[in-house]
Amino acid sequence: MFESLTDKLQSVFDKLGRQGKLSENDVNVALREVRLALLEADVNFKVVKDFVEKVKTRAIGVEVMSSLTPAQQVVKIVNEELIELLGKPAPLNLGGQPPAIIMLVGLQGAGKTTMAAKLALHLRKAGQRPLLVAADIYRPAAIQQLQVLGKQIDVPVHSEGTQVPASTIAKNAARLAREKAYNVMILDTAGRLQIDEQMMQELEQVRMVARPSDVLLVVDAMTGQEAVRVAEGFNARVALTGLIMTKIDGDARGGAALSVRQVTGVPIKFLGTGEKLVDLEAFQPDRLAGRILGMGDVLTLIERAQDNITEEDALAMEKKLQDGDFDFEDFLGQLRQIKKLGPITDLLGMIPGANKMMKGVDPREAEGGLKRTEAIINSMTRKERHFPDLLNASRRRRIATGSGTTVQDVNGLIKQFREMQKMMKQLGIMGGGKGGKKRRGGLPGNIKDMFGGFG
Amino acid sequence: MFRRLFGKQDEKTEDEVKLEQSLQKTRSGILGRISTIFQENEITDELWDELEETLIAGDVGMSVTMELVEKTRRRVEQENIKATHDAYVILKQEMVKLLASDEPLHIDEPRILTVVLVVGVNGSGKTTNIGKMAHWYKNRGRKVVLGAADTFRAAAIDQLKVWGERAGVDVIAHEPGADPGAVIYDAIRASQESRKADLLLVDTAGRLQTKFNLMKELEKIKAVASKQVHRAPHEVLLVLDGSTGQNAISQVKSFRESAGVTGIILTKLDGTAKGGAILSIKRELGVPVRFVGTGEKIDDFALFDPVAFVEGLLAE
Ligand SMILES: Nc1nc2c(ncn2[C@@H]2O[C@H](COP(=O)(O)OP(=O)(O)OP(=O)(O)O)[C@@H](O)[C@H]2O)c(=O)[nH]1
Ligand SMILES: [Mg+2]
Repeated sequence: MFESLTDKLQSVFDKLGRQGKLSENDVNVALREVRLALLEADVNFKVVKDFVEKVKTRAIGVEVMSSLTPAQQVVKIVNEELIELLGKPAPLNLGGQPPAIIMLVGLQGAGKTTMAAKLALHLRKAGQRPLLVAADIYRPAAIQQLQVLGKQIDVPVHSEGTQVPASTIAKNAARLAREKAYNVMILDTAGRLQIDEQMMQELEQVRMVARPSDVLLVVDAMTGQEAVRVAEGFNARVALTGLIMTKIDGDARGGAALSVRQVTGVPIKFLGTGEKLVDLEAFQPDRLAGRILGMGDVLTLIERAQDNITEEDALAMEKKLQDGDFDFEDFLGQLRQIKKLGPITDLLGMIPGANKMMKGVDPREAEGGLKRTEAIINSMTRKERHFPDLLNASRRRRIATGSGTTVQDVNGLIKQFREMQKMMKQLGIMGGGKGGKKRRGGLPGNIKDMFGGFG
Repeated sequence: MFRRLFGKQDEKTEDEVKLEQSLQKTRSGILGRISTIFQENEITDELWDELEETLIAGDVGMSVTMELVEKTRRRVEQENIKATHDAYVILKQEMVKLLASDEPLHIDEPRILTVVLVVGVNGSGKTTNIGKMAHWYKNRGRKVVLGAADTFRAAAIDQLKVWGERAGVDVIAHEPGADPGAVIYDAIRASQESRKADLLLVDTAGRLQTKFNLMKELEKIKAVASKQVHRAPHEVLLVLDGSTGQNAISQVKSFRESAGVTGIILTKLDGTAKGGAILSIKRELGVPVRFVGTGEKIDDFALFDPVAFVEGLLAE
């Protein structure tokens, strides 16, 4: 799983050509790469420094486990330390006297309003009675934005226009929540710079009046080195209780999470993973660690696969693999399953090294290739799909015409299919023997081959 | 241009003054430390190390940082420079070189209707800066119309309408959820016909550059524009948040590939992050910065000038 950094470290260790214990020199050389990886991920340079020191102390003299290469051993330690630093996931503080008040704070454009609605939806689904409160009286149409979102998820929104101070709105909302038995209230505040004195005072007032059980800093995953000072600034004025990182569905590595976690010491609670209001995930340190180290997001991919591919499908496929009777019908099924997981480009972003592997491959063509492949198989008769040996020259011509492709396309696909069939058979033999817990419904073998027909 | 870096200043334009001031107006960014580094008496190895570290802390990124330090250092040695102040000037010159562009801004060319498409990731400041830009061009005698092609985000259209009112320009909008291509089509028609405008600024929905389908949508939007107006859009401006770290490069790259970005609006420079990531972009991707956003008020907007930017960036 930890390909890219491991590979880099491996080449370093190959040059050193040593095994056994990790020497100080080994570790120093390796940690130079680690430092670079973390800086590229936007982890603050001071945080990187401390981190590297810590890993160094721990790694020197460590016996390389027999099952690991020295590079893997270093990555293992780095990864463990990173997970440790990122901390354990923590739930919202909903315990006290209702209503529990959650206050969202952060820079402009971090994604507070959307996050407010996501949390409300999450809480409503969990059987709570949330109330959204529009306390951003500055940004044009911020109140309307929250109202529209509230309507979408069927959660009421309390607002008092733009002329009433935010703290008054918060106070009135809390009273309303008590009267109407809303047990959680989510306060959306205006985005502000941590150095804007007037605006920070406003935030302090809101907090004083509302006495929130959670003050959550919303941080954009793309934030650079300044994340540290931003977090310090907010923490000093409104005592944060947690962090939320947004826009994690892009390709930003999200190193800012480590920085803000380090300087505030408060837990990361949620991740925002998309524009839809269901796109909210509980924070999981191992995943974020992998991402920060540039290892892709294989777990997310696997999870999506699990969400979208039923156990039955997976079992049926497994049986076919074992029996070695994987045909075009199955191929088509697999293609459709992959399509369900999302646009190819999104998927590729999650596979470590995939972007490199796919270099020179236009994703548009990949997408087009998928369509072409589907069209070709659709133009086959049922019989042909089951018995690809039937596909002689005249049948291939017919299929090409029927699918709007060329005979070359058809030939290419059939050739590819044969190779895959072979590979599947091997996989099937291997997969059949192993006991223990197995990942169901993972993607079969060579994903690149699945895109078919491009080249 | 470089002469200005040696203390002898030409008359500064209003924009340059504004850019410098706004960059300095709040507590300065981390890069402000650089001038302190160069106040030491001697040019030493430690000075270069400290410079390297500070540039990294300013989001400049590893490779450009190394390159900047290397180049400056080499020139200092070759030109036999002894005073730290002179070395500082060399650094600034090298930074300006990374930002300067000869490519003219196509908005200012004489044309019946100029179409500008504004794109970027979610929350970078597109809508706000379109409002400010409308005001800026209106003050310079242009007849401006805004197109509300963000039909996706809740209340995005209302937000743009407020900015239209503030700037005193018309906004062409459809209902939420409408096809953005259709909005552009109508906005161009209206600009040409009833509104008699010569500058159309189009707001688009924020999108992360990894979302393939959303990026494809931008191509479609562009196609609609180019069918109606010769060579439109004449500029495609990417709005980049100044607090963005190394992801800035990926953003510019992807938006250039799918939307043909021709320039950048660098925003939120009133914060403590000063957009250091921008230093790698011109050289690696050839996309120049055109404007800067320096606050949430309608006047917080200026033309980008490399010298003023570097001065502001490094200001104590
Ligand atoms: N401090 C500061 N805030 C800014 C600046 N430009 C925009 N903002 C704020 O950033 C937030 C987001 O700005 P928008 O203009 O809504 O951003 P957008 O890119 O249109 O956002 P979406 O359409 O949601 O993707 C708002 O709160 C703006 O007031 C700037 O130069 N400085
Ligand atoms: Mg917008």
